[in-house]
Amino acid sequence: MKLEEEIVRRQRARARITAWLLGAFVVLLFFITIAKTGINW
Amino acid sequence: MTNPAALPADWRDILALTKPRVMSLVVFSGLCGMLAAPQLPPLVLGFTAILCIALGAGACGALNQWYEADIDAKMRRTAKRPLPDGRMDRQSALHFGVGLGGFSVLLMGLATNWFAATLLAISILFYVLVYTVWLKPRTPQNIVIGGAAGAFPPLIGWVAATGHFAFLPLLLFAIIFLWTPPHFWALSLFVRSDYAAAGIPMLPVVAGVQNTRRQIFLYSLPMAVAAVAPWPLGLTGAVYGVAASALSLAFVFLAAQVLVNDANEPAGMRPEKRLFGFSVLYLFVLFGVLVADRWLAW
Repeated sequence: MKLEEEIVRRQRARARITAWLLGAFVVLLFFITIAKTGINW
Repeated sequence: MTNPAALPADWRDILALTKPRVMSLVVFSGLCGMLAAPQLPPLVLGFTAILCIALGAGACGALNQWYEADIDAKMRRTAKRPLPDGRMDRQSALHFGVGLGGFSVLLMGLATNWFAATLLAISILFYVLVYTVWLKPRTPQNIVIGGAAGAFPPLIGWVAATGHFAFLPLLLFAIIFLWTPPHFWALSLFVRSDYAAAGIPMLPVVAGVQNTRRQIFLYSLPMAVAAVAPWPLGLTGAVYGVAASALSLAFVFLAAQVLVNDANEPAGMRPEKRLFGFSVLYLFVLFGVLVADRWLAW
């Protein structure tokens, strides 16, 4: 595999994981806010 | 493929920086500290607290590997880690470790309470600055004092749930604190040539194999007392008491087998390997039974 291809592959993999983690963090923050404010659904 | 200047690190190597296997014991003891508390936080806050303990442990692993990259390169056991193997540059590891540590403390403070966040920050700083930077390269007592860093998680878990100290989590702290030296010294006996090659003054390298075996046995005694103590003190029930007594007796018995072993080469160190393996199981089962006992009492 060429070096450039490997660089792109790794960057894509890291970008995808970062996006998932950020998404999960936003969801977690939402639920933390709900729990801290004591809202009962 | 191994030029760190040209290649961004693979995500698996970034994950490996956090020492996931070590993290599992840290997370488990933190979770047990939380579940043993008299009140539980809402599920999402409890989950976040444990996540923060895990991220804090990951930060410790990353900063430890950042600082010890040169030492790791000299030891067979660690030479294939991302930094000594050249799969990642040191500055990325430093940024990752600092960022992860700061994030874990901030999130802990926002989600639970700032007392727990402060304890988490102290444990990270203690592990990195006091243990890794100061004690480890200087004294054979490194693991004795440095063991305090690994003893924090149950305390943090408890404080995250309740917001204050109590005697039981302090005992849990003491158990891990006293368990760490026999656990690590058993390992360091059969990998002592690695430590010697890296110039780390672990006890077997500095004080000799037999002296280390004596210290392992001596430390296992107060550890056993601390492990059983919650029962006579009325902090747990008989289920924990009986289990802790049996487990601690087994630990002391294995430590005694180490004491009478006279092998100098790793091939003859089966008692040490057995004690090391059992010590991991010991902590998992002891803390698991503690939680079960507390829940049975409710």
